[in-house]
Amino acid sequence: MSAISELSSLSRKKGKATAEEKKANGRDNKAAYIFLLPWLVGLVAITIGPMLMSLYLSFTDYNLLQPPEWTGADNFIRMLSDARLHNSLRVTFTYVFIGVPLQLAVALLIALVLDKGLRGLPFYRSVFYLPSLLGGSVAVAILWKQIFGTTGLVNQVLAMFGIQGPGWISDPGTALGSIILLHVWTFGAPMIIFLAGLRQIPTMYYEAAKVDGATTIQQFWRITMPMLSPIIFFNLVLQIIGSFQSFTQAFIVSGGNGGPSDSTMFFTLYLYQKGFGQFDMGYASAMAWVLLLIIGVFTAINFIASKYWVFYDD
Amino acid sequence: MTTNLETLPAADKKSAGAGKPTNHRKPRESRGTLAFSRAQRTKSLVKHAILILAGGLMIYPLLWMVVSSLRPNELIFREPGLWLESLEMSNYTSGWSALTHPFGHYMINSAVVVIGSILGNLISCSMAAYAFARLQFTGKKLFFGIMLLTIMLPFHVIIVPQYILFSQIGWVNTFWPLIVPKLLATDAFFVFLMVQFIRGIPKELDEAARIDGAGHPRIFLRVILPLMVPALATTTIFTFIWTWNDFFGALIYLTDPDMFTVPVALRAFVDSQSATSWGSLFAMSIVSLLPVFLVFLFGQRFLIKGIATTGIK
Repeated sequence: MSAISELSSLSRKKGKATAEEKKANGRDNKAAYIFLLPWLVGLVAITIGPMLMSLYLSFTDYNLLQPPEWTGADNFIRMLSDARLHNSLRVTFTYVFIGVPLQLAVALLIALVLDKGLRGLPFYRSVFYLPSLLGGSVAVAILWKQIFGTTGLVNQVLAMFGIQGPGWISDPGTALGSIILLHVWTFGAPMIIFLAGLRQIPTMYYEAAKVDGATTIQQFWRITMPMLSPIIFFNLVLQIIGSFQSFTQAFIVSGGNGGPSDSTMFFTLYLYQKGFGQFDMGYASAMAWVLLLIIGVFTAINFIASKYWVFYDD
Repeated sequence: MTTNLETLPAADKKSAGAGKPTNHRKPRESRGTLAFSRAQRTKSLVKHAILILAGGLMIYPLLWMVVSSLRPNELIFREPGLWLESLEMSNYTSGWSALTHPFGHYMINSAVVVIGSILGNLISCSMAAYAFARLQFTGKKLFFGIMLLTIMLPFHVIIVPQYILFSQIGWVNTFWPLIVPKLLATDAFFVFLMVQFIRGIPKELDEAARIDGAGHPRIFLRVILPLMVPALATTTIFTFIWTWNDFFGALIYLTDPDMFTVPVALRAFVDSQSATSWGSLFAMSIVSLLPVFLVFLFGQRFLIKGIATTGIK
């Protein structure tokens, strides 16, 4: 069971104590809090404390040297007229809304091909999974920078066919596309989750459908898709949350500046530049909260929309 | 509902607890090759062809990087093939000593952070997981919900104040900001993974130990921990890979070249070199990927199980 379904079942079961909890002497608070101590300290000192602090800082002007100065909603008002920020949002949204569906579609497609008792499955699975382990590294970002460079691998191959390719990452029109492709390249992790999900679908459904004369395509839309929809939903939520936070690839491929002409300036990259380049910590904090808000809104939309397309058979 | 990493192909939503058999699929072996019709054979051939093509395309850039790192530098810009005429090790020797310190220095730094993070995650997450999975206490549901939410919390919301906090303690350019959060179970994802696993361990074992007079520390150390080795292995492997690859944290906290970990060292390498030394840059990239690749090779079983159970990157 995934963290997401756990969370939603937690909210469903609210108020109903299980038989276990009703046991009179079933509580061991002291032992529990001792076991939880590291986590609790972390929660307060590393997570909630800094969150509240950054909420406060987002309403101040703060450069690390002088004490924070309360400026009200100034940072947020500045954002409204910050063209680079608007551009960074556009870049990030493009990345998320093209990259994530594309990646999941490829993951699902390969998982479907792999699923049906294929010989050599473990080998194929490993080959497809490996890139998703390496994809977040600086080394692969460096490789990407070369491959899609003016004299990179892609253009060398194109030249064999007599095609003169553009400088993919030096051209503002294609730079973001190259990074999206890197994201799609790491489809192995969601593919593994799809594979596990496909294995949970009882074969008798397909057998019954076959008896009734359903075609493969009908079986896919009427059995596979509904049965797999919770897993698709799970992948979608996680990938969207993760993709909004992408940083390393854009940073390395663009040499840290989000170029060419801000075409790979991800929101997180701009946040980093504001906070740790210009030490405008107040503005960076405000940006971080905007990011949290955006991710929260899209996750909520996802959950609401899921009522209409995700199928739970229990 | 319980999910045991060992026994279930997992990523399940409901079939495990619904009381019906989970696997109706016929055993794969029973579809003997004898039963293969010609049409089926063609279909399977087409599938293999697609997979080999797609897989080849996926892996080609990596293979090409390995081969290119063993080539004279100028060939990187005009040789898209994988054919090696001679083995050139000079990229590795020049790359190794291209920065202030030999590359091994950065690998040792990375190793220190990785080991610290692994130990931190193993200890703190397993303790928290034991409490969530086995103990009844006030506020359990609330805390558990918060823990699940923190899995999805973007790192950026806390990074600025966290940086301020750690810089005030004087921890910038030390490894502490990268290790201490792990000691405090902030990688809640692993707490969740372990909770899932412990729930799959029969409670009778705890009860038996309790009747023998064991307290919670003893039950945890002697009963639960030895049984949750697979979950600990998954945690170790994922922590290794994520920490080894971690760029953002290192970029922010480690600005002194003495303290660089591998990702920030590579980044410094990119910045310092002109486009002419791609060979040595590739060589050190390969060196940096090697540990992850080895872990992947030997720990695949745990990786795939872990990812399928909990669905992560």
